Amino acid sequence: MEWRFEGGGPIYAQIVAAVKLAVASGELRPGERVPGVRELALEAGVNPNTMQRAMAELEREGLLYSQRTAGRFVTEDAGTVAAARRELAEGYVRTFLDAMRRLGLKKDEIHKLLEAEKEEQNAGTGM
Amino acid sequence: MPVLECKGLSKSYGSKRALDGIDLRVESGRIVGLLGPNGSGKTTLIKLANGLLTPTQGRILINGLEPGVETKRAVSYLPERTCLPDWMSARDLMGFYGDFYADFDKRAAEDMLSRLGVDLRARMKSLSKGSREKVQLIMVMARRARLYLLDEPIGGVDPAARDYILNTIISNYNPEASVIISTHLISDVEKVLDDVIFINQGKIILAAPADELREQQGKSVDEIFREVFRC
Repeated sequence: MEWRFEGGGPIYAQIVAAVKLAVASGELRPGERVPGVRELALEAGVNPNTMQRAMAELEREGLLYSQRTAGRFVTEDAGTVAAARRELAEGYVRTFLDAMRRLGLKKDEIHKLLEAEKEEQNAGTGM
Repeated sequence: MPVLECKGLSKSYGSKRALDGIDLRVESGRIVGLLGPNGSGKTTLIKLANGLLTPTQGRILINGLEPGVETKRAVSYLPERTCLPDWMSARDLMGFYGDFYADFDKRAAEDMLSRLGVDLRARMKSLSKGSREKVQLIMVMARRARLYLLDEPIGGVDPAARDYILNTIISNYNPEASVIISTHLISDVEKVLDDVIFINQGKIILAAPADELREQQGKSVDEIFREVFRC
């Protein structure tokens, strides 16, 4: 995984968000084994306690589960993955709508823009 | 019992007060950033902790003991300037550290040196400044100490060497030990820290878990530092 951290916001929360995205997008596959905390901490260049906290939070949310000796795995529950995907998608939509409103666009203008973009993309792929 | 505890700790050099009534506790398993501008008292605090200086007032305790022979067994110190004898090779240094410190883990040192690609027979004076600093850090981190005191470990090295140094600190993490890193290069270290201590003019201005600060203020520790210490 690629790890990049932004200025504000706790690092552990940024790790949780990044792993959630990886699970939702299928970059981390259901049932896939996740590396150990120490290895992940090194990979991301973060404090091992911070990584541990993020993993515990991801387990609490059901995206990861641990088996006592074998390690930690990505959930195999399709519903949990779908819910994470939906949660993230809704977040992107809200961010998008916020930006459009800040530009002063009305609802129907936003719709028109989306329609136009869709047509352009369809044309581009020759469909 | 905290690994490091300061109670009303002060240190004066003549009429200049370098540390002024510091109260502090560092628990085990923490990586702590001692952050402050130049001349704020960081190095003085670290030198008091390893017994190179003695307090003017107050107390400093390592594992509940005043700095002395017993605490030096438990404290691994990286000075601000490298102090390796330049005629020694990396192999000589491992013997040297092994003679002085019973907790020196020679295999861990060899392992880290080989990954760094240092020729064990090369004398220190033939290495670049960056390589010498890395070798010194390896010697310090290869001890199985309870407290690591790293005085400006990333000052004066390039960004790739900084990453190497921070990775070495992370990979040697031990829940029984604590690491104190003094630096003013905050954006480079903040991801690695559990706790931050802001120090200025000999006083502690702020001591808190790094993620808690980031959460409460919605800013990086680096940004908070720049605000607190705005000139």
